[in-house]
Amino acid sequence: MATDRLSLTFAALADPTRRAILARLAKGGASVTQLAEPFDMTLPAISKHLKVLERAGLVERGREAQFRPVALDPAPLREVDAWVERYRRHWEETFDRLDEILKELQQKQQKKESRHGRGR
Amino acid sequence: MVAAANKLVVTPRGDTEIVLTREFDAPRELVFEAMTDPDLIPRFWGRRIDKTTVDTMDVRPGGKWRFISKSPEGETAFRGEFKEIVPPERIVWTFEWEGLPGHISTDTVVFQDLGNGRTRIVDTSVFANKEDRDGMIQSGMESGASQLYDRLEELLAELKTRR
Repeated sequence: MATDRLSLTFAALADPTRRAILARLAKGGASVTQLAEPFDMTLPAISKHLKVLERAGLVERGREAQFRPVALDPAPLREVDAWVERYRRHWEETFDRLDEILKELQQKQQKKESRHGRGR
Repeated sequence: MVAAANKLVVTPRGDTEIVLTREFDAPRELVFEAMTDPDLIPRFWGRRIDKTTVDTMDVRPGGKWRFISKSPEGETAFRGEFKEIVPPERIVWTFEWEGLPGHISTDTVVFQDLGNGRTRIVDTSVFANKEDRDGMIQSGMESGASQLYDRLEELLAELKTRR
């Protein structure tokens, strides 16, 4: 498996629980206990998800021993967003322009045919 | 005006595939020709802001291709290898963006004759693993189809107001 940052981010985002955790953290930092509340999951299970998010650089853990609040780090999300937007635009605009060229080629062909008297 | 059917449609399939579908008001011989013509590629490849030049395009099985793309964002390139060329029906090639090396997909482009001078391109990209593919899909290559994209947008909007 690829271990570059974008791959780690993609893998981290592929899970619905982790996406829900990120959505919760977008509203502000929270403790692991607070994060676990809406889910039917044990604290260790939530911690496991947090480790994946942390590895991708999507969350930061506080240093206070007692609470260790979790906070969102948006940098990798911006990177993913930029790459995906580029990919979509690439294909959308490639096909749009191909469409224009095909029209042009067909017009040229028609002109040629009518010049040679093969048109109607 | 572009008919609704001429819009790009993006659909995930299986664990590692993305299917791009797009229809054209042109016969399939012509669509195939345009897609394999190194002189025409610079006129449609990439985004409108990209200025594309064909570095290599050896259209035959085993032949390499490489397109250089210049934009205000900088210079980048795409490359790969042609695996199968079946005019005017099919092209199979590998696709890799040099900005993200190692994430190679194999693309099968099928040209379907719809009659009445219309053609449908069905481009199936097979990614090396589910993570690469899901990253694309769930981050919303097709807007509206992806929950994550909506969430990502919300997240980013919130984050922008905070920073």
